[in-house]
Amino acid sequence: MSINKQQDFGTPASAATQLVTLEIDGFKVTAPVGTSIMRAAASIGIDIPKLCATDSIEPFGSCRLCVVQIEGGRGMPASCTTPVAEGLKVVTQNKSLADVRRGVMELYISDHPLDCLTCSANGDCELQDMAGAVGLREVRYNPIETHLDAVKDESNPYFSFDPSKCIVCSRCVRACEETQGTFALTIDGRGFDSKVSPSQNEAFMDSECVSCGACVQACPTATLMEKSVIDHGQPEHAIITTCAYCGVGCSFRAEMKGEQVIRMVPNKDGQANHGHSCVKGRFAFGYATHKDRMTKPMIRASIKDAWQEVSWEVAINHAASELKRIQAKYGKDAIGGITSSRCTNEEVYIMQKLIRAGFGNNNVDTCARVCHSPTGYGLKQTFGESSGTQDFDSVMKADVIMVIGANPTDGHPVFGSQMKKRLRQGAKLIVIDPREIDLVRNSPHVQANHHLKLRPGTNVALINAIGHVIITEKLMDEAFVKERCDIASFAKWETFIAQEHNSPEATESVTGVPATELRAAARLYATGNNGAIYYGLGVTEHSQGSTMVIGIANIAMATGNLGRDGVGVNPLRGQNNVQGSCDMGSFPHEFPGYRHVSDPATHKLFEAAWQAELSDEPGLRIPNMFDAAMDKNFMGLYCEGEDIAQSDPDIQHVHAALRSMECVIVQDIFLNETAKFAHVFLPGSSFLEKSGTFTNAERRISPVRKVMTPLAGYQDWEVTQLLSNAMGYPMNYSHPSEIMDEIASLTPTFAGVSYDKIDELGSIQWPCYDEDSVGTPIMHEDSFMRDNGKGLFMLTEYVPTIERSSRKFPLLLTTGRILSQYNVGAQTRRTENNAWHAEDRLEIHPHDAEDRGVKMDDWVGIKSRAGETVLRATITERVQPGVVYTTFHFPESGANVITTDNSDWATNCPEYKVTAVQISKVNQPSEWQEKYRAFSETQLDLLEQGTSNS
Amino acid sequence: MKIETLVKMANDIGNFFNAESNKDIAAEGVSKHILRSWHPKMRREIIAYCKEDGSALSELARTAINKLDQA
Ligand code: SF4
Ligand code: SF4
Ligand code: SF4
Ligand code: FES
Repeated sequence: MSINKQQDFGTPASAATQLVTLEIDGFKVTAPVGTSIMRAAASIGIDIPKLCATDSIEPFGSCRLCVVQIEGGRGMPASCTTPVAEGLKVVTQNKSLADVRRGVMELYISDHPLDCLTCSANGDCELQDMAGAVGLREVRYNPIETHLDAVKDESNPYFSFDPSKCIVCSRCVRACEETQGTFALTIDGRGFDSKVSPSQNEAFMDSECVSCGACVQACPTATLMEKSVIDHGQPEHAIITTCAYCGVGCSFRAEMKGEQVIRMVPNKDGQANHGHSCVKGRFAFGYATHKDRMTKPMIRASIKDAWQEVSWEVAINHAASELKRIQAKYGKDAIGGITSSRCTNEEVYIMQKLIRAGFGNNNVDTCARVCHSPTGYGLKQTFGESSGTQDFDSVMKADVIMVIGANPTDGHPVFGSQMKKRLRQGAKLIVIDPREIDLVRNSPHVQANHHLKLRPGTNVALINAIGHVIITEKLMDEAFVKERCDIASFAKWETFIAQEHNSPEATESVTGVPATELRAAARLYATGNNGAIYYGLGVTEHSQGSTMVIGIANIAMATGNLGRDGVGVNPLRGQNNVQGSCDMGSFPHEFPGYRHVSDPATHKLFEAAWQAELSDEPGLRIPNMFDAAMDKNFMGLYCEGEDIAQSDPDIQHVHAALRSMECVIVQDIFLNETAKFAHVFLPGSSFLEKSGTFTNAERRISPVRKVMTPLAGYQDWEVTQLLSNAMGYPMNYSHPSEIMDEIASLTPTFAGVSYDKIDELGSIQWPCYDEDSVGTPIMHEDSFMRDNGKGLFMLTEYVPTIERSSRKFPLLLTTGRILSQYNVGAQTRRTENNAWHAEDRLEIHPHDAEDRGVKMDDWVGIKSRAGETVLRATITERVQPGVVYTTFHFPESGANVITTDNSDWATNCPEYKVTAVQISKVNQPSEWQEKYRAFSETQLDLLEQGTSNS
Repeated sequence: MKIETLVKMANDIGNFFNAESNKDIAAEGVSKHILRSWHPKMRREIIAYCKEDGSALSELARTAINKLDQA
C-alpha cells in the first residue's frame, strides 16, 4: 500500500465538448476547448512546474513558475491561464524557461524558512518539490526584511496557520471563495506587506471561517497544516471510504499510518463532493478512538444492576435466549428491532432479515421513521419511487432554486457550497422557512429573491397557494402533464387547487406570507426555466409531512420540472444512510426495494431465498412498539446504532416504554442514552472499522472500507450474524460483498450493483437494473416508476395541526441543527467541534424576549403539554415573533422532553417542527433535567462498578 | 394499545382522504392505508372499538374501518 497521491492537473477540467489538438514538447495532445495548456500537458504526463495553480480552483497566474513558450508567440505566457488552441506548438522546458523558473524560486526561498527536515510538510510540500524540479541550488538574495518571525495562529482546533511559511499564492483565498463560498480569507496589504488574513486580520476562530478545510487542502506549503500531521507526521497509505455523518455522503481518503488515521482528505474523484468537505467529515473523526468507546460486551438482569463484562459468546447467547424466552412467554410478535441510518446497507439488510426470518415477524423499523418517512411515502405515491430525482450536480443547471424547510449550508454543507456556487453564477433563490437561514442574506454574494417566512405548521397551505397560482395564472406545462402524468388525477387536482380557499390571499392569514410575495415566488418557480426544489426536515417532520411532500411533487409535475438535468424534487437526507436504510427494507411494511410485505410475488421470492416462513402483515412502527411495550405486548428490543432515548419525541413516554421491556439489547459504539435502559450491550464498530456501503441523498451507493481493526473485535454485521445464528436462524456471510450480492439478486433496482462495479466506478446511483448499467443519475426521464408510468397528482387539503399556539402555550417551538454538531451529538460532542457549539440554545425574537423579561444568555424554562426543560436564550431577529428555535445536539437539553406525540398522518413521523410552548425566565434546571441527570449518573456508576475490575 | 392513539391515527388518515369528494373512494383510501401500514393487532383493536362504540371516529374513518372489517 502507498499514499498514492491524487494527480493535480493544475486547473479544473473544461466541460466543453469541442476538442482541439496541439503539440506539447513534440507530443500530440487532444483536449476540450477551454482547457489550460498546463492541464493538457498534465494529461499526457508532462508536469509543468507550478505553485499558484491547483485543479480545484480557477487559475490566477501569479507565481510565473509555469511559464512556457509557444511557437510563433511572444514572451513566456503562464500555462495555467493560457488555453489550448488548435495547432499550437508548446515548449515546456528549455534554458530560458529554466532560468526564469529558478529566478522565481530563488525569490520565494529567500523569504522562506529553510527547515525542511523538521517541517511538518516534509515530503508533502509543493515548494520543496518545485525547488527540486527547477534545480534550485543557491539563493543569491540576502533580504533585508523577511516574514520568518511571523506569529502562528493556532486558534483552530484542527489546523494551524504559520504565516512564516506563506508564499502568498492565494490558493487558500480562492478555495475559500470558489469551493466553500465563505469568503473568510483575503490577501491583506500590497507587495512585501501582503499577507493572508482571515476576515479583518482576526484569528481563524474569530473569523467567519467554518473550518471546512478547503484552504488547508489547497495550500502548497506547511502554512496551513492539519495539527494531526504536525503531531504524528506524514501518513503512509490511503484508503478510500465515505463520510459517516450527513446525507451528502462525501468520499474521503483516510490517510493512515499503520492503523492510525492521520487525516481524512476529501477525495477529488468523489462524485458527491468533488474534493470538498465540511468540518465534520474532514476533522471530526476523533470520536472513533475516544476514551468513551465501549469495547467489551456486557449484560445485566435489570437496569438497576451493575453491568457485567462478559465474552462475546456469553453476551450473544444471553441475548438470544432472552429474546426466545420473551417470545415463548408473550408471543412471537413481542420482540423486534430498530436499525439506523448510521448502519451500512449490508448491516441494515441482515438486521431486517434476522427480524423477518429469524424473529418471524415484521417488527423492524428505522430512524427514518422520525425524519424522512414522509418522503418515502409521498414520492412513492406520486412518482412511484421513494427517492429524490436528481444527482447533486444537477443543481449546476438549475435556474430557480427553491429551498423548503432545509438549511443546506449547515445541514448539508458540501452540497450547500455547490448550491451557493450556482447561486453566485446567477440562479434565482426562493427560501421557504420560518427562520432566516444563512442562504437568505447571510452568505457572501448570495441573496434570496424571495423569503417566504411562514408560520410553523402551515406548509401545506403555502404549497397549495403556489399550486393555485400555477393553475389559475396558467403557468403550467401542459405538454408535460398531458404526456407524462395521470390525466384523471390531474383534472381532480386542478379543480381542487383552483378553489378560492387555496389562493394566496385566502391562505395569507394562515401562513403569514403576504399574497403578493407568494404570487411572485410562484411565478418565478413556474416560469424561470429549470426549477429545482430542495427540501429537508422542515417539510417532513409535521402532522402533514406526507401531504407536503405530495404537494411539492404536484407543483413539480404541473410545471414540468422533472425528468431532466437542473430540475427535480430533492429531499436532503439528514443522516449518511437514510436513503440506504430505507432501500434495504427496514420499514415494517416493506421488503428491500420498497415492496409491500403482502405482495404475493415478493413474499414468495423472499421466503424461497431466505428459506423461512415470513409474515405478510405489516409489523410495528417505532411509536407502536413503545405503545405496545406499555401494554406488555412488546417486551424485547434489538436496537443497533440508534439512540431512541434521546432522539425520539415525547421522551418521557419513550423512557417509560424502555423501562417496561424485559430485554433491551443495544449495539453501539458508546454507552448512549438508550443503553442506560439496556440489559445487553454489544459494542459496535465505527465506520472506520468496517466494510460495507452507504447510499446518500442522491441514491449514490458508495464504499465504506475498514481502515482499522474493530476495537471490540467484530464488525457490526458480524455481530448481527452471531445473534442470528444463536437465535437458530443460520447466516454464513464471510464478507459484506456477499450480502450485497444477495441484495442485488433479490432487488430489481439493485440488480446490477456489486462491489466490483462500485470499486470500478467509484460509486453507483440506483436504479441499476443489470450488469451493463452504470446507474441512474436522473430519474423519471421518460416515464415515472409507477405501474402505468404516469405521475400521479393527489389532493392536498390543508389540515391545521392540533399543535397550535394558545393562551397557555403562546409560542411555537421549531428545531434544527447546526454545522459543527451532528444530530444527537454522540460523535461530534466527543470531538473538538464543541469549540463551535458547546450547548444548545433557545433562539427568541427580541419582542418575545422583552415581553417575558428575558435577556441574552438568561436561563429560560420551555414548557409544552408534554414536559419542560431549561436552556439559555439567544435573542435574535432570525426567528420571527411568536416562534422560538433550538438545536437538539445535547441530551441534557431535553429538547424531546417538550416535543409531543403528534405525528404525520401517513407515516407517524413526529411533528418535531411545531410544538406550542411557553417561555419564562428561570434560575434552575427543570425537574426532568434534575431527575435525568441523577439517572444518568447512576447509570455511569453502574457501568463503572461493572468494568472497574477489567 | 391505547384506543385514543388508534382513533387519532385513523382520524388523521381520514383527514387526508377527506379531500376526495367521492366518499366511497375516500373510504377505500383510508381502509387501504390502514390495511397496508397497521399491525394486524392494531387493526383488530380499532375494528372492535368501531363495532362497540366508534363515536370518537370521524364519519369517514368509521366507514373505512367497517370496510376493513368486511375485507
Ligand atoms: S477552513 Fe474553509 S471556511 Fe475556513 S478559511 Fe479555510 S476554506 Fe475558508
Ligand atoms: S496560506 Fe498557503 S495557500 Fe494561502 S497564500 Fe499562503 S501558501 Fe498560499
Ligand atoms: S458534508 Fe456531510 S458527508 Fe460531507 S463531509 Fe460534511 S458531514 Fe460528511
Ligand atoms: S502556476 Fe501558473 S502562474 Fe502560478
